[in-house]
Amino acid sequence: MSAIDTTFNELRSQGKTAFIPFITAGDPDLEFTGQVLAELAKCGASICELGIPYSDPIADGPVIQASYTRALNQKIKLKVILDHAQTWTVDLSTPLVTMVSYSIIHRQGLERYVAQAKQAGVAGAIVPDLLVEEAPEFAAICAREDFSLIQLVTPTTPRDRALRICETTSGFLYYVSVTGITGARQELPPEVVDQVGWLKSETELPVCIGFGISQAEQVKMLSQVADGIIVGSAIVKRVAAAAEVGKAAALENVRTFVQELVAEL
Amino acid sequence: MSDISPSTSNVPNEAGRFGLFGGRYVPETLTKALNELTTAYAEAKQDPVFQNQLTELFNDFVGRPSPLYFAERLTAHCGGAEIWLKREDTNHTGAHKINNTLGQALLTMRMGKKRVIAETGAGQHGVATATACARFGLECVVYMGAEDIRRQAPNVFSMKLLGAEVRTVETGSRTLRDAINEAMREWMSSVEHTHYIIGSVVGPHPFPLIVRDFQSIIGQEARQQSLERFDALPDLLIACVGGGSNAAGLFYPFVDDADVAMLGVEAGGRGSQPGDHASPLSYGEHGILHGSMSYVMQDEDGQTCDVHSISAGLDYPGVGPEHSYWKDSGRVEYTSCEDDDAMHAFDTLTQCEGILPALESSHAIAAAMKLAGELGRGKRIVVCLSGRGDKDSNEIARIKKEMATATTTNQ
Repeated sequence: MSAIDTTFNELRSQGKTAFIPFITAGDPDLEFTGQVLAELAKCGASICELGIPYSDPIADGPVIQASYTRALNQKIKLKVILDHAQTWTVDLSTPLVTMVSYSIIHRQGLERYVAQAKQAGVAGAIVPDLLVEEAPEFAAICAREDFSLIQLVTPTTPRDRALRICETTSGFLYYVSVTGITGARQELPPEVVDQVGWLKSETELPVCIGFGISQAEQVKMLSQVADGIIVGSAIVKRVAAAAEVGKAAALENVRTFVQELVAEL
Repeated sequence: MSDISPSTSNVPNEAGRFGLFGGRYVPETLTKALNELTTAYAEAKQDPVFQNQLTELFNDFVGRPSPLYFAERLTAHCGGAEIWLKREDTNHTGAHKINNTLGQALLTMRMGKKRVIAETGAGQHGVATATACARFGLECVVYMGAEDIRRQAPNVFSMKLLGAEVRTVETGSRTLRDAINEAMREWMSSVEHTHYIIGSVVGPHPFPLIVRDFQSIIGQEARQQSLERFDALPDLLIACVGGGSNAAGLFYPFVDDADVAMLGVEAGGRGSQPGDHASPLSYGEHGILHGSMSYVMQDEDGQTCDVHSISAGLDYPGVGPEHSYWKDSGRVEYTSCEDDDAMHAFDTLTQCEGILPALESSHAIAAAMKLAGELGRGKRIVVCLSGRGDKDSNEIARIKKEMATATTTNQ
């Protein structure tokens, strides 16, 4: 059982929904990333997602893409990120998962990536560009190492395929709320609730919803059906504001925003 | 990790694999559209109506077959093997790109979609896509890096005249690679009603297969024309390789002809240092970029490296997976040609034959000029002259001015 499974077991027994924030490693620097993670955990996050900057992220909208570019412009390296993660995870009260492109995992070597991440105290990986067809080799390593492999189901995924994706997924299933890239949306498609309801009737896995979520009302609506709510761009944008308003003020904005969302759960 | 089994033309398999390479590494959102495209293409390939439509367009709209031209004065200048040019520069819109965009436009309509997006580097694929869309009344949006917009202004103007919207890409290196990223991102949101006409043999399955097949008309004609003109197959085929679509189109129909040697020429840029060239087959590693596994210029973390070439169409850190397959199996040899040699080949062909080649194609010409002597008399080289150079005239004027200034300063 990975740390993520334990977290969801606890949440379920308490009838609670997970709040899962995403931030980019190294934007604007790794020290601040560590501070923000600690703050997120304090504000009620159940699991934290750490984005590993990638040069060509095709699933990401302008906000996360720009944060990756800023981090990479400082020549940030995977090893340095994971070294920092190792110090953060010692004190962090939530599990940490990496959102990481398969290009990076492939380059490291599948076994080596999992070993390095585990060494750093990371509990799992979300790999947005690894389809179920290409996943078996990595999924087998993750299963053996008790490292959660969180896979994605989208509104364009046929139902039989969604079930196939569940088979190699561990930790939780990531339901993508919109047909598109990451980034805040004013409105989410109404079918989300039905789709997630159906998935939950078919799988034991916790189902968490992400992409496009940035408002308290959306959190309120989706928490009726989801096991967890993932918020990325809206937080990344507030972290990035540190460049203008300073780190203390940015951290305060993140805190206020997250508390507002968590209050709806 | 090399794939040592001999290469065959019977690739890719159902998963889109060319040996180790290819496959599909994209967000789940795109799977449905890629599966739809795979099915639509498989059906179209078997459908005589579709094939007749495409042939008619090739003949009457593009002006195919393109000539196989004996470059007599260039041959005499180089002294050695005969140099023959497969004249894709004579196609409507001035390059081989139109072969693919017409095929994919027909597929777009077959799938009931009415809107097309595309990326472009040199602008040739953008113009060819805009042209196909104008021909069939499809809405067209082309993503183009800001740096390429500067280098290829005449093509930008043509696309707009043809009714396409050109969207400037300001992210990353602001070249072809970033234009592909932006097109893919847009496709993530518009996939239900929009088809993405990718311009080279790159990207997730089935794109490398589809683009290769549509471009294979180049090699099929060259094969037949060789038999008609000199009653034999060529000894050597040469083509430039960015993503590699003109090369794949020329090479593929000859893959099973063991006596025909093939050479792909990548952009050698300013030299062999990282960042100075765009030659992943010469200097890259196995990696994943833009949805498939292939040779890629990437660092030890898997981050894509910046690359350089004088020609916008070759300024790309990846390459089509089938080229990686051909490289590792030894079927095709790959080399690179530096900016200066490409410029020299441009001048030579222009002055010897009265043909202005595209800067991309000039890389292949440079390799042919070098090898003609080595190969010797009695041998024949067929070079894919993938596009015409008119689009490059402003950029060439700028470079020549820079070179002249540098020479004066040095004196």
